[in-house]
Amino acid sequence: MKHELTPAIYGLMAEFESSTDLVQATRAAYSAGYRKMDAYSPFPIEEASEALGFHKTRIPLIVLIGGLLGGSGAYALQYWINCISYPLNVGGRPWHSWVAFIIPTFEMTVLFGGLAGVFGMFALNGLPMPHHPVFNVDRFSEVTRDKFFLVVEAADSKFDLVTTTQFMESLKPLSISEVPH
Amino acid sequence: MREGPEEKTLLQDVPWPDEPPVMAPGQTYGSVTDSIADVVLKRPIGLGWLGGFLIAGGLVMLLLVAVTYLFIRGVGIWGIEIPVAWGFAIINFVWWIGIGHAGTLISAILLLLKQSWRNSINRFAEAMTLFAVACAGMFPVLHLGRPWLAYWLFPYPSSMGVWPQFRSPLVWDVFAVSTYATISAVFWYVGLVPDFATMREKATHPVPRKIYGLLAMGWRGSARHWKRYESLYLLLAGLATPLVLSVHTVVSFDFAVAIMPGWHTTIFPPYFVAGAIYSGFAMVLVLAIPIRKYYHLEALITMRHLQNSAKVMLATGLIVAYGYFFETFIGMYSGSTYERFMLENRWFGQYAPLYWSLILCNILIPQILWIPKMRSNIKVLFLVSLDILIGMWLERFVIVITSLSRDFLPSSWGHYTATRWDWAVFLGTIGFFSAAMFVFVRIMPAISIFEMRMLLPEAEVKAE
Repeated sequence: MKHELTPAIYGLMAEFESSTDLVQATRAAYSAGYRKMDAYSPFPIEEASEALGFHKTRIPLIVLIGGLLGGSGAYALQYWINCISYPLNVGGRPWHSWVAFIIPTFEMTVLFGGLAGVFGMFALNGLPMPHHPVFNVDRFSEVTRDKFFLVVEAADSKFDLVTTTQFMESLKPLSISEVPH
Repeated sequence: MREGPEEKTLLQDVPWPDEPPVMAPGQTYGSVTDSIADVVLKRPIGLGWLGGFLIAGGLVMLLLVAVTYLFIRGVGIWGIEIPVAWGFAIINFVWWIGIGHAGTLISAILLLLKQSWRNSINRFAEAMTLFAVACAGMFPVLHLGRPWLAYWLFPYPSSMGVWPQFRSPLVWDVFAVSTYATISAVFWYVGLVPDFATMREKATHPVPRKIYGLLAMGWRGSARHWKRYESLYLLLAGLATPLVLSVHTVVSFDFAVAIMPGWHTTIFPPYFVAGAIYSGFAMVLVLAIPIRKYYHLEALITMRHLQNSAKVMLATGLIVAYGYFFETFIGMYSGSTYERFMLENRWFGQYAPLYWSLILCNILIPQILWIPKMRSNIKVLFLVSLDILIGMWLERFVIVITSLSRDFLPSSWGHYTATRWDWAVFLGTIGFFSAAMFVFVRIMPAISIFEMRMLLPEAEVKAE
């Protein structure tokens, strides 16, 4: 295989047959020093993100913050409404009937926690993003079916078209393609 | 406890040797993808689908007529009157929202319990939840009398300077049901995103390709994305788990907080939740049995799913039976004249035939599910599920109507008969639900494709 040095490419893509091959290739690439890379698969593979060195997400924190804001907001709103803005005597119960306020508080905790998580997940993933260089490779459509891909980006400091291609060939992929921008 | 292979946890689903598998053998990533996606993309619209959709669509028209007439004339066209001011509207509300519960139970609770068999039924069960909650949501709004003022239920700074009354279960209901609907919808959509990406790549016609592409938001299966995705999916399941238990609990507060005999009891929340899951699984079977047969998905929705659903129905049915028993026991034990009268009225009063049919439908008939042969007989399962759906509707009828029509003062006793408009709205929502399901199976993958791929043995990463 011969390659011209074209700095305009996004990276190199290797295609694999199984999840095990992908994870092993990713681990090999990581220990070879590549960092700006990504593994693509038709279903979540925990080991793949681990192999990329991507261990922690901020999703739980976002959900926690969303839930706390939703819950405390709901409680504060009920307190303000029932004790300050519009005090209403119902059957002689105290204005600050906190037991009754728990239910809307709980519901709003779940609502805001859940929505914060969903929007946070899409935002951190940079979605919606209808166009991405990886889609320029025709074979890549198989990632939504039964093939696994490893992409090393040209932006990686260790990236060199010739040596990286040789490295990728050593991983024994089904195919290697250049990913144009 | 059963011994499972490798590092299975205690709760993980491990079948007995003679039990049917979760997925028929010989499946691959590709075959799973094709058999689910082709239902939408390749299969022509058949006469069966068309006929079913026309009937359901006809009932939707009936709903539109009934609701229009209701808007013109007001709730007087229904059978409700004082003392029975809550008629079909609340019965159907509770019934529909209960049916929705199975979807969230399957998608959230069974996910946390690592019951992998859920992967083939969670998608359409979640769709079922959404449509059932939509049907449920119509009733309280239509029952308002002035439905165009429904937004008064929400706390917003109105020019009148008034606010909702947060000590009322009916306001809790607004929060519980609207949160439930929203979280169910986002849970469903998040689950669909990777499958929309599959549909995007598989669709050949440019228009569906564009639409699926928009819905998939450019999903490309990146490992970093999957990691965040899985983290969120698990958290949503964790949030939805108490949520699903809270919704029917809050619905039961509508009754239990009132002092009406037959309503004012602490057993209501657990017994309502169990009843909700009971009827929900019945609806899952009523939908799954025709879908797997008609679309040839027997390899993915196997007998195991049907049998497990039957077992869940058996278990929740027994909890419901316990609820009925304790209602009776407490009625007797309380020594309250009114509670005792409520029981006698249920057994021998004007609605006694409905009470006894409910006992027959909900407690006696489903006991045949104890027999393993019956659990593997699809016709029996289908009929028992229909029977449970009817039984659970009767349960709500008995709870609402017998108590309201015979309260403390004989001078305020009454009678309730549903009018044709009550029936029209009820049948209309059944049509709406069915029509939505018919459309759903034609435009979206009815089984979660990516979660089915995860069930394949080759999905597991082998150690070096």
